[in-house]
Amino acid sequence: MSELSVDHLLGIKYLKNSDIDLIFETADHFKKVINRPIKKVPSLRDITIANLFFENSTRTKLSFELAQKRLSADVINFSSGQSSVSKGETLVDTVNNILSMKVDMVVMRHPNPGAASFLSKHIDAQIINAGDGAHEHPTQALLDTYSIREKYGEVKGKKVVIVGDILHSRVALSNIFALQLQGAEVMVCGPKTLMPKHINKLGVKVETNLLKALNWCDIANMLRVQNERMEISYFPSTREYTQQYGVTKAVLESLDKEITIMHPGPINRGVEITSEVADSGQAIILNQVENGVAIRMAVMYLLASKIKQ
Amino acid sequence: MSPKVLLNNKEVNIILHRLACQLIEKHTDFSNTVLIGLQPRGIFLAQRIKALLIENYNLSEVHLGLLDITFYRDDFRRSDKVLEANSTEIDFLIENKRVVFIDDVLYTGRSIRAALTAIQSFGRPSEIELLTLIDRRFSRHLPIQPDYRGRQVDAINDEKVLVNWKESSGEDAVYLIKN
Repeated sequence: MSELSVDHLLGIKYLKNSDIDLIFETADHFKKVINRPIKKVPSLRDITIANLFFENSTRTKLSFELAQKRLSADVINFSSGQSSVSKGETLVDTVNNILSMKVDMVVMRHPNPGAASFLSKHIDAQIINAGDGAHEHPTQALLDTYSIREKYGEVKGKKVVIVGDILHSRVALSNIFALQLQGAEVMVCGPKTLMPKHINKLGVKVETNLLKALNWCDIANMLRVQNERMEISYFPSTREYTQQYGVTKAVLESLDKEITIMHPGPINRGVEITSEVADSGQAIILNQVENGVAIRMAVMYLLASKIKQ
Repeated sequence: MSPKVLLNNKEVNIILHRLACQLIEKHTDFSNTVLIGLQPRGIFLAQRIKALLIENYNLSEVHLGLLDITFYRDDFRRSDKVLEANSTEIDFLIENKRVVFIDDVLYTGRSIRAALTAIQSFGRPSEIELLTLIDRRFSRHLPIQPDYRGRQVDAINDEKVLVNWKESSGEDAVYLIKN
């Protein structure tokens, strides 16, 4: 097994566990590369990649762009704010226009679930989903799972709780798929209003009490409260959310064991986690960011090797 | 056709000693010299040479690193298989060092070209030399020649040179195989 079973990275749902293993093994090599004095390899020097961001992003976009540059790919960036999308152009037209510039790979973030999958059926380029609405965010799940593997040696048998806004979170769904494929036990925890109705059908435990969840887990992945996706109020106030679901130093100290804290960023300091927790030795938030570059290099390297000359 | 034996156990052993002696002649005490075995096939030869230098020729310290060239190769997307990486283990500085690349077979020279690029990520060596057990001299695609060679072989392109090592195949021997 030395090739991905897929031609695009649309979601973790479409991957096999062996694909994840291959991505992780490749990322191990790239992690060494990005820690050398010269952090660049020439592998993708004849590949052009378009980053299409139809939705705001800072770190994912930066991480992808850095990964592309480390692989020596040519990169073009596109953000919907400054484009013809606001003039009414359709997605396929926009992308086809960009592809006429001989682009080999497209990294896309889009507010609509399924946008990446739709694109992969209509255009001839490798597609990487960098987040499609509340559906999937596969590279984030890969880097989260990779960070757990890095800290614990393996993911199998680990207990991971995903805390917060499960309903609006593409990170949660992709994480559930990735963790389960790698053999972890997954629990979701949050207020009932932010819990999708049939979430237990995915084979995850559901808990509304944060302390119970934290006592059960080895790792807690704290999701951001996504105010921008909430048209109505899902909880009475941010302050009340913090009191029930915010992780503080006092909460961590009340647990029987030391758990690991993860956060996909950007952090609302003082909401999901306090500054003390975010900056503590138990948090691996900055490792996640570094691993994000290695994981994205691995994904693009493996997908690019499928583009025939 | 059965494989032709190019070098048997005894011949390999003699050649390894000769190569070790040639290295000593040039590098004396190896204080500013590092050996770099090229992944995946060059590492056995590199480890052997290092062991010989220390055990038989009383050198106190010989630095050996392993270099993987996968991400620097020029045939990415040109072969049917995904190029799989091996580990790179270089835990010393290359800056201003005399580097000796070690690989088992020198064929087209493209791996060495990739290694020359790859090693630059670790600093600027003062010089780079190449040691190879087998030199397939009429098969070069690039102007690259070894500084130390075990045996020169005139093999045509549909022939394959197979190097076996005790560590991986149970014997030290080199074969010529007709495809």
